[in-house]
Amino acid sequence: MSVGIHAFGGYVPKARLQRGVIAEANAWFNPGLRGLGKGERATANWDEDAVTMAVEAARDALGGTGGGTGKDGINGVFLASTSLPFQDRQNAGIVAEALHLGHALQTMDVAGSQRAGTSALLNALQAAGGGGGPILVAGAERRRTKAASPLELTTGDGAAALVVGDGDGIAKLLGHASESIDFVDHYRGQDETFDYVWEERWVRDEGFMKIVPVAITRALDAAGISADAVDHFCFPTPARRVAGMLAKKLGMPDDSVRDNLQGTLGEAGAAHPLIMLASALEDAKAGEIIVVAGFGQGCDALVFEVTEAIGSAQPGHGISGYLARRREETNYMRYLAINDLMVVEQGLRSEVDKQTGMTTLYRNKEMILGLIGGQCRDCGTLQFPKSNVCVNPNCGAIDSQDDHPFADMAAKMNSYTADALTYSPDPPAYYGMVQFEEGGRGMMDFTDVDPGAKLQVGQPMRMMFRVKDFDTKRGFRRYFWKATPDGAPKSPRGGE
Amino acid sequence: MATGIRDKVAILGMGCSKFGERWNDNAEDLMLEAFTEALGDAGIEKNQVEAAWFSTAIEEQHVGKSGIPLAMALRLPYIPVTRVENYCASGSEAFRGAVYAVASGACDIALALGVEKLKDTGYGGLPQRSRGALNDQYWSNMSAPGSFAQLASAYQTKHGVSRDDLKRAMAHISVKSHDNGAKNPKAHLQKAIDEDRVLNAPMIAEPLGLFDCCGVSDGSACAIVTTPEIAKSMGKTDLITVKALQLSVSNGTEVQHNSWDGSYFMTTRTASKKAYEEAGIKNPREDVSLIEVHDCFSVTELVTMEDLYISPEGGAIKDVMDGFYDADGKIPCQIDGGLKCFGHPIGASGLRMIYEMYLQMQGRAGERQRSDEPKFGLTHNLGGFPHQNVCSVVIVGQEGA
Repeated sequence: MSVGIHAFGGYVPKARLQRGVIAEANAWFNPGLRGLGKGERATANWDEDAVTMAVEAARDALGGTGGGTGKDGINGVFLASTSLPFQDRQNAGIVAEALHLGHALQTMDVAGSQRAGTSALLNALQAAGGGGGPILVAGAERRRTKAASPLELTTGDGAAALVVGDGDGIAKLLGHASESIDFVDHYRGQDETFDYVWEERWVRDEGFMKIVPVAITRALDAAGISADAVDHFCFPTPARRVAGMLAKKLGMPDDSVRDNLQGTLGEAGAAHPLIMLASALEDAKAGEIIVVAGFGQGCDALVFEVTEAIGSAQPGHGISGYLARRREETNYMRYLAINDLMVVEQGLRSEVDKQTGMTTLYRNKEMILGLIGGQCRDCGTLQFPKSNVCVNPNCGAIDSQDDHPFADMAAKMNSYTADALTYSPDPPAYYGMVQFEEGGRGMMDFTDVDPGAKLQVGQPMRMMFRVKDFDTKRGFRRYFWKATPDGAPKSPRGGE
Repeated sequence: MATGIRDKVAILGMGCSKFGERWNDNAEDLMLEAFTEALGDAGIEKNQVEAAWFSTAIEEQHVGKSGIPLAMALRLPYIPVTRVENYCASGSEAFRGAVYAVASGACDIALALGVEKLKDTGYGGLPQRSRGALNDQYWSNMSAPGSFAQLASAYQTKHGVSRDDLKRAMAHISVKSHDNGAKNPKAHLQKAIDEDRVLNAPMIAEPLGLFDCCGVSDGSACAIVTTPEIAKSMGKTDLITVKALQLSVSNGTEVQHNSWDGSYFMTTRTASKKAYEEAGIKNPREDVSLIEVHDCFSVTELVTMEDLYISPEGGAIKDVMDGFYDADGKIPCQIDGGLKCFGHPIGASGLRMIYEMYLQMQGRAGERQRSDEPKFGLTHNLGGFPHQNVCSVVIVGQEGA
């Protein structure tokens, strides 16, 4: 029985920190950083993390943003990341609740290595081959890096999601191989915030150049594909020329080497191979061969053949659409502040206790995590939250509402403010009345509003799953949905 | 058939503390200051008060819960004390309790006292606090100025008004209230300002600048009420009586149903209509002499002029710019400085407004005394947010008016 990828999507945070700004700010300390000071890196907003970015990528794949396969029948959610917000509370479970996939499914976090993304994908494909699909695989990463470190310049934040299941789908799995070996190019011990990194020349010569070819060769053999037939080689390292050296060593064509997105996004850790794969699927043609590899204490290599179905694949925005949804960030201080890399005076208003009652949250999880409201059976009025008594002044029916999901509905903004008084990690706080066109509304926080942006009453808005509050006292974070000005470009695939 | 409250209860005495940053006083000191004035004004002994209503809104910042703080501060003789909280309408809510108690015949003399001590937070503006366990998980991260500021964008859109024209009318409102506050020795803010200062002030919540926002103050105000018959038996003449007491509370339509456009207050329109009916006022623009409205923000005052059916819908800017609501205009609004300058100790504010009406009707308002004798005075409070609020409208007036 064949297995394959049936849908794909991506997500890239809107802010793109200019690397030149990082390099200049830190050149006094390490002039060598100027060599890395080109292009830009995607930088998560203060209210984003691996969970929220995975949700957006998954919506892009599942159809929440206009394309995808839909949510019906999803049997599992695997979330791969080394920057999961919870160490003990399943992060994939939050993603599944936010996507409103129901509760009869398997959810799993895959972590512990930069290889987690490909390992999650491979295991999902294997599970799907055994009848466990379709499975949503998401990779998301928001790595923390020290100021003035090379990693600060080379990494970026982002996510990708793939739906895998039995059947060829849009990209059929031809073969795979894994090599597992305790090669420690970097590590992050328990309770440590930042990576500890060994010399890159050693990593290149003994790691990339020796371990990766073994896995890829075995995978190609298993697939029955010769290296020179590869059309897209996705190898997620920011290290210059390494992917090209590997292609040459393996005999893959020079032009098969995919852009590692270093100039526009940065390397997104465990999510990066999936991001490169999702990016490749945006422009791959039927019959083409894609090789994707993940590196970290060994290597996973997967070989796919793109099928005729690619022509009808419809991601929402895709990596390309989200890369185009972009705000140039030149304020390094803002980046440092929202990434908790310096101690900022937050003011007394930030001190309000943010304890979350687990009972309250559990009782209302559909409303809070899934943005599920109600629709009145008697009068049809949509309303959020779902309530016992219909809000329509001409109805007022009791116990008349069925669940209604609002997250993917078209909305517009009725009123707004930019509030410099209330506490926000990125003031001013934007919020306002957001009205769903088919009914229902809410006074909602806005997110990803560009500094100094002029908002217009009536402008289209869309929902995004974000962190609402951090409970710094207890290490908890609340999630809820926020509104953002709509208008991210669609993936070029979307129109086909 | 209910006949309403009109002329059933009279104000026997009132008191109001100095409002402001009362760094050296506890809430108890402010309560006693207001009560002592009211007791002297009423000409009664403390033990003649048979029941009390006590209003505070953010009690965790000062006295804590229950009616006990009032009973202890004044050493009331083990009478009923009911603590009320209804956002910024709390003071009017206490007044309603006391007036209804007298009107029902349950007691002859009742007290309504409100107090708030807001300057013990360490920062300017209202205290930041929880909105409730579930609300905290989905309500927007809004402040009071941020929620009221949105009236501006919605009003501009609905009436096709430019931001500049709206900002100028809002500035006129604040300049007018500062002019009035400068004549009020009990006001928190007593300095006149000009339009340029308002328009160039730092932004608090777009488009509200610093001078579009009212003061946050410490203060207390109270009323002692009885029946007109008892007041007269005590030798009182020219009574000020209660004409209407209305309250309207949002049921979620504004925030959850797409029928509200965000540019006005559904509650104020409901409460004011009922209040005029209860008071027997046919044409508010002609018949109301003075108004004290909940000018927490300049834009609130502007749209409220329409919600009270004094300015026509879409016509408030013109009336404001024409000086209709200035101290020497047809219907002065905030002749005492309003929340803007008298200050806003939440639990006391509704009672402070009635206090001003009471002084004006007795000709005791000093430098800011209105020359035309006021017949009907309307006070108005809004608590909460435009999309979800409590509105009170109280009308007091000359007995028989």
